[in-house]
Amino acid sequence: MTSGTFDRRRFLAAAAAASVAPYVRTSHAAGSLTVGFWDHWVPGANAGLTKLCSEWAAKEKVDLKIDFITSQGQKLLLTITSEAQAKSGHDVLSLPSWYAAAQAKNLEPVDDIVQTLIAQYGATGAGVEYLGKQDGHWLGVPATAGAQMKGPCGRIDLFKEHAGIELTKMYPPGAPPDKTLADKWTWDAFLTAAQKCHKAGFPFGIGMGQTADSADSAGAIFAAHGAHLVDAKGNITVNSDATRQTLEYCKKLVQFLPPDVFAWDDASNNKWLISGKGALIMNPPSAWAVAKRDNPKVAEQLWTFPSPKGPQGRYQPNIPFYWGIWKFSKNKAAAKSLLTYLSQRSAVEQLVQASGGYDIPPFAGLRDFKIWAEVGPPKGTLYHYPPSGDQIVYMSGAPAPVAIATQMYAQATLTKMIAKFTQGGEPMDKVIAWASSELEGFMRV
Amino acid sequence: MKKFLRRKSTIALAMALPLIVVIASLVIYPAFYSVYLATLNKSMERFVGLGNFSFLFKRETFWMVVKQSVIFAVSAVLFKALIGFFVAHCVHNVPAKGQRKWRGMLLVPWVIPPAMSTLAWLWLFDPSYSAFNWLFERIGIAPVPWLGDPYWARFAVILVNVWVGAPFFMIMYLAALKSVPEQLYEAAAIDGANWWQKMWYVTLPMMRNIIAITALFSLIVTFANFDIVRVLTAGGPVDQTHVFATYAFNLGIQSNDIPLGACVSLFMLPILAVAAIFLLRDIGRRGNEA
Repeated sequence: MTSGTFDRRRFLAAAAAASVAPYVRTSHAAGSLTVGFWDHWVPGANAGLTKLCSEWAAKEKVDLKIDFITSQGQKLLLTITSEAQAKSGHDVLSLPSWYAAAQAKNLEPVDDIVQTLIAQYGATGAGVEYLGKQDGHWLGVPATAGAQMKGPCGRIDLFKEHAGIELTKMYPPGAPPDKTLADKWTWDAFLTAAQKCHKAGFPFGIGMGQTADSADSAGAIFAAHGAHLVDAKGNITVNSDATRQTLEYCKKLVQFLPPDVFAWDDASNNKWLISGKGALIMNPPSAWAVAKRDNPKVAEQLWTFPSPKGPQGRYQPNIPFYWGIWKFSKNKAAAKSLLTYLSQRSAVEQLVQASGGYDIPPFAGLRDFKIWAEVGPPKGTLYHYPPSGDQIVYMSGAPAPVAIATQMYAQATLTKMIAKFTQGGEPMDKVIAWASSELEGFMRV
Repeated sequence: MKKFLRRKSTIALAMALPLIVVIASLVIYPAFYSVYLATLNKSMERFVGLGNFSFLFKRETFWMVVKQSVIFAVSAVLFKALIGFFVAHCVHNVPAKGQRKWRGMLLVPWVIPPAMSTLAWLWLFDPSYSAFNWLFERIGIAPVPWLGDPYWARFAVILVNVWVGAPFFMIMYLAALKSVPEQLYEAAAIDGANWWQKMWYVTLPMMRNIIAITALFSLIVTFANFDIVRVLTAGGPVDQTHVFATYAFNLGIQSNDIPLGACVSLFMLPILAVAAIFLLRDIGRRGNEA
């Protein structure tokens, strides 16, 4: 009868055997990884991302868990903040626009990944670098999923009939813009078109509320006129001729917008266009995608094209997204491997395809996919959606230091100035003094 | 030891302990943590004492939020109390057989999660597709900018808060009304008291404590309201419907300034503490008189 005891001799023998045993790769040999991705608006986009992640996990033998976190009710922001406070949670998290820089001290620098991607696929836009690179280090990998442009989406029929502008001629499908016509597409031309469409009963739907779409549209108008509230060094520059000219411009524009734009949120402009009430909004193609389902006749007439040009250039509103790795992550190697995999050309193309062309790849060399030329109806409606040519990809609030610009954006300083000057009827100097005081408050460190 | 374990107070403590642990971890710890956060600088790396509060007190927008929070809470509680009192009397006078149905129906606004019911209100007030404005148009009344005009927007958030909260007052007042001994009314009737005198000299004195406690409780909850304002206006237009909680969220989470957000949310504490001390002292004094 053999003894059941596990004596010292047996322990040493077992330990010795274990030390020389070959490494056996189990199904999850490379550990586990939890990822929190932004829950995409476009149906099917999450499935595309999940498929890619599953392929990577199977190849790398990683036990991968994915959560899709909605931005409704700011749940994604709350998750970011709470995980940063608790130093616990996902290994990788989607970080919209401002929130990579905000968590700089909690994020693992990813210079190695991003520099390689830049070498492979070209530079990112200035807006992407402005938010993602702080003190010389990339804090997150610029993500394809969620990244978007917020240029105009207008009605082909209404523009032609009431404003005398042929959108498909100015920005033709599958071809570069008509230079002569595109050069005439200025903020003054925008104002004239807004007036004509308003007169015809189809006002432009530009939000002047306190949410992202409103802040982005106002940012493009201000920047195109050269009005920046704070410069790159952090000096308050709101009290300028450019600011005054922009406010005067907005006063003229607001009278041709629906009277309730000051209460609009990010859904209001979409509803405005889809219902057939308006001739133009500034938004990613989600409004068009929903119109295809809910109001196909409107969808067939929608055309996405670049913002008008101002005295200082053609500023195109942009919302970048990042994938950040928390410093507290226990599997940074796997996280970096996943993010590298998701940023390769074939993966990016699949992501863009799954989002129906909504997602804009952050690297210049990845914006030549066929989908933007092919989707419709009308065919080519998104051909001019990815930034190109003379467009300046712009984040509202730039070039102010990110800590200040975040507050300008989140507290909608630009649209509040417009609302005070137009709806509130406050004198220009008072509005500028109010903005100065707000900006002084934002300088707090 | 056995004697100690058999003591009623020991058993009571043991049974309440799970709840005490839950409250300590989910209420007391976060409360002290927010006090700690409020004493840090913006990047949360340095202790600044009361520096955030002194900064906040110099901000024009903050004082506007204080004013709005007071207007919001006081007017909403006042209307909830008046409507609750009136409806409680109506229900009290409904014959016992049908009273349960009325009580149930009237409690519906209070039972539905406010974030959900406020969404329905948002559709009624929607800037472009307001159901109210649709009706107005049909009867020749000009559309109202419910959420676009600061005054109408304030009216809208107060109205929804009153709609949600009035049933709570109603049910508390109804319970208080039912506990007033019938003999007191009979005695008052024999003394020749009219309806108003019965109300003033019998009903109101008997309901005083309930009225005070309900008002205090509602004042605290209304001051701390978040969901209604967040869903309806998110504080707009031009910050003119922000209350403490929504402003704190805007500063702390959306603007990445958690210490300042914590300061705004803590500002409610002394206001509510003072209100609680006065009301509870009054209740205690009347209790002693009894």
